[in-house]
Parts: sequence; structure tokens; C-alpha cells
Amino acid sequence: MALVEIRNVHKVFQRDTERIEIFTGLSLDIAEGSFTALMGPSGSGKSTLLNLLAGLDKPTSGNIRVAGSEVSAMTPGQLAPWRAQHIGFVFQTLNLLPVLTAYQNVELPLLLTRLSKKERDERVRLALGVVGLDDRLRHYPRQLSGGQEQRVAIARAIVADPTLVLLDEPTGQLDAKSSHDVLDLLERLNDEFKKTIVIVTHDSHAAERAKTVLHLEKGTLIEREVVAA
Amino acid sequence: MKFLHLVLANLGRHKRRTFLTVASVALALFLFASLRTVVTTLDRAAQFGSARRLVVLNATGLVLPIPLSYANRLATAKGVSAVTWANWFGGKYGDNKRFFAQFAVDPTSYLAMYPEIVLPEDQKQAFLRERSSAIVGRRLLDLFGWRLGQDITIQGTLFPGDWTFTIRGVYTPSDPVINDDMMLFHHAYLEERTGRPGLAGWYVLEINDPNNAAAIGKTIDDGFRNSSTPTKTGTEQAFNASFATMWGNVSLLMGTIGMAVVFAILLVTANAMMMSSRERTGEVAVLKTIGFTDRTLFGLVMLEAGIIALTGAVLGLGGAKLLYKASNFNAGGFLPGFDVTANTLILGIAVTLVLMLASGLVPAVRAARLPVVQALRRVE
Repeated sequence: MALVEIRNVHKVFQRDTERIEIFTGLSLDIAEGSFTALMGPSGSGKSTLLNLLAGLDKPTSGNIRVAGSEVSAMTPGQLAPWRAQHIGFVFQTLNLLPVLTAYQNVELPLLLTRLSKKERDERVRLALGVVGLDDRLRHYPRQLSGGQEQRVAIARAIVADPTLVLLDEPTGQLDAKSSHDVLDLLERLNDEFKKTIVIVTHDSHAAERAKTVLHLEKGTLIEREVVAA
Repeated sequence: MKFLHLVLANLGRHKRRTFLTVASVALALFLFASLRTVVTTLDRAAQFGSARRLVVLNATGLVLPIPLSYANRLATAKGVSAVTWANWFGGKYGDNKRFFAQFAVDPTSYLAMYPEIVLPEDQKQAFLRERSSAIVGRRLLDLFGWRLGQDITIQGTLFPGDWTFTIRGVYTPSDPVINDDMMLFHHAYLEERTGRPGLAGWYVLEINDPNNAAAIGKTIDDGFRNSSTPTKTGTEQAFNASFATMWGNVSLLMGTIGMAVVFAILLVTANAMMMSSRERTGEVAVLKTIGFTDRTLFGLVMLEAGIIALTGAVLGLGGAKLLYKASNFNAGGFLPGFDVTANTLILGIAVTLVLMLASGLVPAVRAARLPVVQALRRVE
């Protein structure tokens, strides 16, 4: 069953007088519980697709449905609470608020819910436990390594139990060891916790961990590779 | 309230900047409260005066005396129930670093005319009995460390020589507009020492019906019009107001300076808020990605501006209120009863709210309207 349905999506950017077409009728499905890697050269539209899935950007035309909601038709006022409920997002950098501890950063999505302080506390500790950082609760981002920062960001992305976890080059700035740890974690989230994950990456090692790899070029899906069943 | 730690964490991001911004707001509101209190104190001084009291001056000017012989005629004028008189002495004490006013008064009638000058009965009787005695305000006594029964020597300027008085009483004004750092002594002692009897600086009359003040004043002035010393009679309130207006249009001046200061600080605060907001463009984008609504982000930035403005207000307005109260400030006797009024505090809070809105609105709207994708692209 498809959790994400993308139908005939066009996306055009206007830069001064230049018209840049990113997608020209892109259509694809992403199954629930899948681990999908989006690969392709710079400018192929990987990050734009991720932004469209998260409702951070709107397609010029076409439809995007995520978990039964027509994301492309939602207003900004509807999108914010929808994102809080359905989307966990991890950026390559600039994920964490430097003035908040790891605990406080992870708690942020839960502040938008009706959970009690005690319930929030339980969830934050659980999420940080899943990423193996339950001993770094009171650490600020500057006191964490790059890999640990990304794991905190992942904990924040999953703490509200979202429908879809989106990651934009999460290992792009990490060394091999940290990168390996983060990918192990994503695999575990998918296998053990059945999270649907979409990751944008240039890194073939990272893509190898995914179960499906989508190759984009100039906004067109050129190859769909199933790595594992 | 669950977002408060986020707001406080943001405020703590650049502690020095936040401290300086709060300090500038506090200073602006302290100055605002101080300047406005100068105006309100002068206004109160100008409005002080019993409606039942008239002041009679030499028509040529305040510095010229009036014959003491007028006292009987004034006392018998229609509608007048009591008369007293006084003279400005203008002496120096010690190194003259701290000026204070001295008046030669007719003690019995003067204290009867001014029930606002309150002193214990035994001290009052001691003062009335002894011609070379004086009474002083509580502040003056405390300032110079004087005590009852002490002899003090004043160097006369208008009336040259060393003048020694024995302090027999300490008064406390029942109305704060009356200076509590004056010295009053016997007019008879002045006459005796100078050898120039029969002259008063001004008269104060008590009248039966305040509604007849203008008519009584006119009758008195008409009566002395063709004498050697014509008079000018007016209400005590008008007399006090004329002193206040001698300063020029203080209200306008102080109001203008106050507003200029507040406006300058507004620009500083708004600039600091905008700088802070601009630095956090990426973080605002991350919060929007997490699901923070535009309204929540608007509220968070406004709350930040509010905490800065309100902390500054508490320090500035509260500081002014407490400081002037605790130090019993009266600007060297020029502004008796100097106290930050409730109205000034309310006005200060209104200014604070304007400050909060004006400094927070632009960054708050900017944060709310920030397009996430563009913001992330700009930061990356």
C-alpha cells in the first residue's frame, strides 16, 4: 500500500527572468514501511521532492498525497499541524537549536501536542534511548560530535511518532564511523519500528542500506532499484 | 508556558546583548519617569495653596518690601479673617554647598495660617517664647546632623553679619509639596538685629469665602493704589504657579526630552531584536519544519520582546519609584514632594507596551512569514 502518492507533479522555479523546470510530470509511489533512498546529481530535484513531501514547498501543478492527505492542496495554516503529526525531518546541518539541550531539542515537536509534561519526558527519554544518547540529555549541541548531533536530530524526528521520516543528506557532513552509526540507526528504525523512511543522499554506502533506491536526473525518475525485499 | 524555556533560552543566547538591551530600556524608562516627575511635582507645587489664602506683594516686584503698617488695614478688610507676613532672609550656612531657604515670619500668626507645618506643641511653645530661636524641617536637621537646642550660625547676605539661632523645633509638613528643608525664625528678631523695623516681604491673608477672593484682592489693591507702596494681591495658588512658570515651559521641555529618549531607545531595542531575529533565520525554518505555526512563532518573538520591555520597565520605573522614595530626593529643595506618581507609572507601562509592540512587531511578522525553503536555502 502506497503511503506517498505523487501524480504528474510539475515544479518550476523562476530565478529573475530564467525559468527553471525541476519536475515535468513526476509520478511515483512510496510504500508504507519502506526505506527509500533518493539519489541523483546536484540539481536533479532530490531535495525539492523532499520539501514537497513535507509540505514545505508546493508543486506548480500535480498532486501529492501523504498518508491519505492531499498535501499539495493544504493551506500553510493546515500544513503546520499536519507536519507536526505526520512528518519527521532531518537536515544535513543546522538541525538543532544551539541554545537548547539535546533533551529540549527532542522535546520541541511534543510541545505542539497535548501531552503532559510527564508523558513528554517519557517519550523524549525513549527517543534518545533509541538513538543511544540517553546519557547525553543535558548536553548542548556544541558539546556533541557531528554524529551525535545527527542522532539527536533523528530522535527529534521520531519522537512524535510521525508517519514519514524524511532525511536530507543526513550523513553528508559526517566521518565514516559516524555515518555508519547513523545508517545503522535508520535501518533499525525501519526494521524494528517499521518507520517509513525517505533519505536523500549522494553517498552510495548510504543508499545501499535502503530497500529501494530511486535515481532522479533532471527531475525525471530514471531508475527504480529494489535493493532488498 | 511550555514555550517559556525556549524564549528564555533565546534571550540567554547573547547574554551581553540582552543585558544591554534591557539596560537601555530600563534607563529610558527611568529617565521618562524622572522627567515626568519633575513636571508633575512642578504642577503640584503650582496647584498647591489653600483657596482661602491670598498673597499680597509689593506691586513693583517681589523683592521690594511692603510696610508692616499695612497689617492692621489688611486685617480689617472685608472678608479677611487673619493676616501674617514673612521675609526672605537668604543666608548661607557653613561652606554653602547645600542651599536652604530661611524665612523671617511672625511666628504665632504664621503657624496658625499654615497648619500644614506640623510640630510638637512643646517645641512650638518653646519657639514662640524665644525671639532668637528657629524651627527647621526634619530633612534639614538630618542633613546637617543638628539637634534640638543647638545654636547654628547663618551668614546673612541681604542682611549682613553672623546670625545665631537656637533650634527649638523640628517640623514635618503634612503636605509633601511644602519643603521640609526650610528654616523659620522670628520676624521681630530680624527687625531688632537690622534696626530697620516696619517692613515685610509679603503678606498672607486668610479669607472667609474663597468665592470672594478676586473681589477682596481688588478691594485691597484699590485701597493701596495711591499709597507710597501699591500692592498686588492674588491667590496663593496663582503666587505659587508664577514661581513654577518662572522656569519657562518646563512641561513641554521635559516631555519633549522624555519622548526623544524613549524614541531613541525604541530604535536601539528594535535594532537588537531584528539582529537577533535575522541571526535565527535557519532556526525559525527548522521550527516551521517541525510544525510550529506562524502564529506560534509570532507569539514567541513578541513574548521575547515583551520580556525585554517588561524587565526594563520593572527596573526603570520600579527603580525610579524606589530610589526617589528611599533617598527622599527633592533636588536640593527645588522640587519638594518629588515622588513618582501612580499616573506616571501607568503612563510608563503604556510606553513599555508601545515599546514592546514597536520593537517586536517587525521581527515577529518576519518570523511568521518566513518561507521555509527560501530560508533554508539562504542559510545553507
